Amino acid sequence: MTTPYEHHDYDVLIIGAGGAGLRAAIEAKQRGLKVGIVTKSLLGKAHTVMAEGGMAAAMGNVYQEDNWMVHFRDTMRGGKYLNNNRMAELHAKESPDRVRELEQWGALFDRTKDGKILQRDFGGHRYARLAHVGDRTGLELIRTLQQKVVSMGTDVFMECKVLKLVHDADGRVAGCVAYWRPTGEFVTFSAKAVILATGGVGKSWKFTSNSWEGTGDGHAMALWAGAQLIDMECIQFHPTGMVWPLSVRGLLVTEGVRGDGGVLRNSEGKRFMFNYVADMFRAETAESEEEADKWYDDHTAGRRPPELLPRDEVARAINAEVKAGRGTPHGGVYLDIASRRSAEFIRRRLPSMYHQFMELAGVDITSESMEIGPTCHYIMGGVKVDADTAATSVPGLFAAGEVAGGMHGANRLGGNSLSDLVVFGRRAGMGAADYIEAGQAATSLDMGEVEEAIKEALAPFDRAEGENPYDIQRDLQEMMQLNVGIIRNATEVEFAMGELEKFTERVKNIKVKGGRAYNPGWNLATDLPSMISVSKCVAKGASLRKESRGGHTREDFPKADPEFAKFNFAHSTSGGNWDSEIVTVESPLLPMPDELKALLEEAN
Amino acid sequence: MADVTMRIWRGDASGGDFENYTVAQNEGEVVLDVIHRIQATDAPDLACRWNCKAGKCGSCAAEINGKPRLMCMTRMDQLPEGPVTVTPMKTFPIIRDLVTDVSFNYAQAEKVPAFMPPPMPEGGYIMFQEDVERGQEFRKCIECFMCQDVCHVIRDHEANKMHYSGPRFFIRYAELEMHPLDQNDRRDLVREEMGLGYCNITKCCTEVCPEHIKITDNAIIPLKERVVDAHYDPVAWLGRKITRRTKKSSAEAAVQPAP
Repeated sequence: MTTPYEHHDYDVLIIGAGGAGLRAAIEAKQRGLKVGIVTKSLLGKAHTVMAEGGMAAAMGNVYQEDNWMVHFRDTMRGGKYLNNNRMAELHAKESPDRVRELEQWGALFDRTKDGKILQRDFGGHRYARLAHVGDRTGLELIRTLQQKVVSMGTDVFMECKVLKLVHDADGRVAGCVAYWRPTGEFVTFSAKAVILATGGVGKSWKFTSNSWEGTGDGHAMALWAGAQLIDMECIQFHPTGMVWPLSVRGLLVTEGVRGDGGVLRNSEGKRFMFNYVADMFRAETAESEEEADKWYDDHTAGRRPPELLPRDEVARAINAEVKAGRGTPHGGVYLDIASRRSAEFIRRRLPSMYHQFMELAGVDITSESMEIGPTCHYIMGGVKVDADTAATSVPGLFAAGEVAGGMHGANRLGGNSLSDLVVFGRRAGMGAADYIEAGQAATSLDMGEVEEAIKEALAPFDRAEGENPYDIQRDLQEMMQLNVGIIRNATEVEFAMGELEKFTERVKNIKVKGGRAYNPGWNLATDLPSMISVSKCVAKGASLRKESRGGHTREDFPKADPEFAKFNFAHSTSGGNWDSEIVTVESPLLPMPDELKALLEEAN
Repeated sequence: MADVTMRIWRGDASGGDFENYTVAQNEGEVVLDVIHRIQATDAPDLACRWNCKAGKCGSCAAEINGKPRLMCMTRMDQLPEGPVTVTPMKTFPIIRDLVTDVSFNYAQAEKVPAFMPPPMPEGGYIMFQEDVERGQEFRKCIECFMCQDVCHVIRDHEANKMHYSGPRFFIRYAELEMHPLDQNDRRDLVREEMGLGYCNITKCCTEVCPEHIKITDNAIIPLKERVVDAHYDPVAWLGRKITRRTKKSSAEAAVQPAP
């Protein structure tokens, strides 16, 4: 087709080049389809690269007792039963194959003594289950997939930012409009199927482990295109982010530190996690330090240390200790592995943590404790998809990875993200291929939608005066941190909803300085509508969910309420614009088949 | 803390110059923090590339006081007193300000013949830690391309880019050569088309590697030895034929579809 812009035509267009996007590309490519990948960064730099600890898969290489049923049950319990049970089932069943296939493509995981893939302990997983490479597993995953994708001859559009999805006349997703960051020129893509693999939203909070990319583009674009977002109030605050110096506040400290023996202490030197064991986990958690310490070497000799409870539990406990005045000088708690493991062990198992603290904080983690505190890390919520095909409710649109919702329920277990990427990245590739083969795909692009998106993107250049987008971003981050953070209440969340309306108006008054070529100010101006749309869904979900569950804690409703365990809050817009009103409904959970129910009951 | 003057190169392919920005400093800051503050205030259009701000993605490489560094891992308080000069990597064409066109590296990546293992046995491959560790060292590479930037073979001689893949890809070839499972033989390719012979082991690449990969000692020198073996030593050639698994020739390897 002809457009006034540079134009490309694909069978499958994938937006995002992290683990999910790359894995989807491989699958679609293997089906003989013409595949394009669009990424707003360079290839190999997506957020996946920052993942540290490992990918969860019940391979049973360290504990033979492990199997998909235990993994399924851990995932559901970790998610406080808000999960899409079919996704959790598929994930638990398929992740071992997905890990092993990475070695067919050149990955080199750490090994057990008998030459199998080594697995490490992580929070919420009953057995040592995380395949890993030291503490740089995400790098291994993305590099392996990247090299595989390149070897297959896939087209990758780097530093190309997608602004909006575009439909055909029948409302199917038919492509998108984007711009090249280096030149500022617009480009259109038409595709029979579009897969969103755009990652998360964490950049809307002040203290976050997310890079600049985590602006929720895919969440927002799906919402604007007519799809539903679920569980948006469920945000994971990772318990261990750096707190000092301020310039690195929020930077991730891997859960692997605790998996490998690290413990949390307050300013009195006390291992406080023993005081924060919820009833749900009491039976399987150690009661004394002595019992907990036996467990590391032999999981049958004692029960799990409370430091390895799911992330939401640990983050809340740290928050409570600091609030009670038992925090560190910089408002965190201590993470101590120095007193518990040899320097050689620490450097071998946690090399990048060693360097990160040495170079950025001047702290030698082999002899000193780390100061850590919760940091915004991951959104469990996302686009509502069909588990088997990753299809959204909009024909032609698929979603996988962090941008998709349901898999992790109200709280994600560490290590379940990297495996999520490859399990559902593959399924999205399959789902898109099946959809195309069924012959119902779009063939035209609504140029009216293209022109409108371009006009909106260019508006900040045309205004005589207006606001600096960086000021708006900073204020948004502070507002969300304060009012829709780790602990919430009705007053603050409602205040946030009001503020977000004001932010909407401010974004309409942005003035961008300079030209279009590689202009970060302009790029931020195009991110802000997504950040605002997504934040509205988060705040609205947080206001409606009048209970505490997983990554959503309400101090005015501190307990979980069984009534709220029956549905997700699902958000959509009717207008299709970034400032359209958001409509929220209760969307019942997928009924659970009896055989899965039995697995959960067995565990209780 | 005293204010600091940042001398930042600003411009594009048509030319440019240094601009000075005087900004406040805060405890523990890295160069990227200061760049971000300039972006957020004085110069929202100041182009720089970054992602993770934790030394894990390799996006923010630039030359700080003339030396290739990651901006996110260079603490301001460890630089000498006085103005701090930040320029884009010299070896690559300028896009704008601190952002360069690193597509040379992605083009080199496309030329690497794919990894080719034997079929996977039921339950996965068996490999031992001591056998995977050599490759794991090279797989730590975060593709910041500072080794490419500092390598004088291409830094000072643009024309060499035609037939030289550079240290980042020598460690990639070494990794595949040493991979316990790989069955492709890329040694002729590395010698004939990737320009391994141009490297005269000055170790500049090793010195700038933020991952502390011993690029020269552990990758380039062993790779040179293996390439020489393959090409010139008939005894070694015969010995390999008898004892080693068969590797495909580079010509076959280049067209081999990935599994």
